[in-house]
Formats: sequence, C-alpha cells, structure tokens
Amino acid sequence: MPSPDEIKQRIEAAIPDARAEVEDWTGGGDHFRATVVSSAFAGLSRIQQHRLVMDVFEGEIGGPIHALSVKTQTP
Amino acid sequence: MSEQTKNPLRDAISEAIQENRVILFMKGTPEMPACGFSARTVAAIQATGAPFAAVDILPDPRIRQELSALSNWPTIPQLFVDGELIGGADIVTEMYESGELHEALGVAAPTTGGPASPATGGAPAAVETPAGADPAPRPMGIENRLG
Repeated sequence: MPSPDEIKQRIEAAIPDARAEVEDWTGGGDHFRATVVSSAFAGLSRIQQHRLVMDVFEGEIGGPIHALSVKTQTP
Repeated sequence: MSEQTKNPLRDAISEAIQENRVILFMKGTPEMPACGFSARTVAAIQATGAPFAAVDILPDPRIRQELSALSNWPTIPQLFVDGELIGGADIVTEMYESGELHEALGVAAPTTGGPASPATGGAPAAVETPAGADPAPRPMGIENRLG
C-alpha cells in the first residue's frame, strides 16, 4: 500500500518541475488527494493535466490506490 | 478511438457516447448514486439544469472495463460532452464551481435561461437495439434525464 509520501515522490519524479502535496483523504490508506503544481500543465486542458498525474500510477488506480483525487495548478 | 467491431459492448458504449450530447457513466443512478464521487458529480450536473443521460456501470463489470479501455481513464464517474471525455468528479466539481460546467453543457449560467424544457416524456429509455442486432440482452441501460 503506497504512502502519501511515496505518491508525492513519484509525482514529483515523473512530472517535470512538479511540486505535489498528497494527503490520505480518509485515513484508510487508499483514498488520496493530491494537489500538483507544475509548469508542465501550462496550455493543457484540465483532462490533459489530470492525465499526466493519473499516468504516473497507471494500473494502480482502482487497485491498490482506490481513488486519487487530483487538483492541478500552474505555478 | 479504435474502430474494431469485435466487441459489441464497447461499440454500444461508444455509440451511447456519440448519440448523447451529455452522458455520465456512474456508479448507481442519479436518484441513488452508489458512490460519493458519482453523487458529487451528478449533483453538479443537475445543478446546472442541463439535460443528460446516465449509465449505471455497476450491473456488469465489463461496462467499466470497456469504458476505461475506450476513454483511457481509470476511474468512475466519467462525463462525456459532444463525444469527448470532460473528466471525473474532481474536474466536474471544479468546473461547476468556476461556472465552466454550464458553458460546457451548453446552458446559461444561473441568472439567465428559462426553465429547462421538459423534453420527451420522463421515462428512462433503454438503449435502443438496432434491428438485426445480436439478440443477447444488452447489459447497459441508459437513462435520459431531459430537463
């Protein structure tokens, strides 16, 4: 089961220039909420921005990560 | 979107997305959402007053599988407008709060626009089976929420 910190590290490692804040939303260790700030989101639609984040966890969302709520921002 | 026709369920989903300008794939129904994310999303859409169709993905796990394969999006709910995935609960909620959802759904923001027109009947419509289609029962029901 991934920790919020692990999720944060993985997002920051995968998306250029990203800063992420991740919290365990329910305390159950499988619903996470991530706020990600990256210049890589500039010019992308919301769905494209979210895809960048979701793609980091391909195959894990719906599995070990039951839900990942995402909020994206540009710096 | 791949155009392979070996998969009737995927075709049915794809058709539903093309044929309904606003369509939400969710867990449960608009009256009885079976998940907090679906509930939040349906509430935002309903608050705009825009007509929409809804598909409950729970009755058959293959609906979700095929939907996610089509949309390349892992979670439910999924809102499509004009054949394109707009997003799930987070995006729809954010768009509602900023007023973009009204725009995307083609309804005026709260001040203007008359009452939503009570369109066809109100009875949930099942997805139509084209004449000559496979006789297997279609596991996917679509409810049209017009008005």
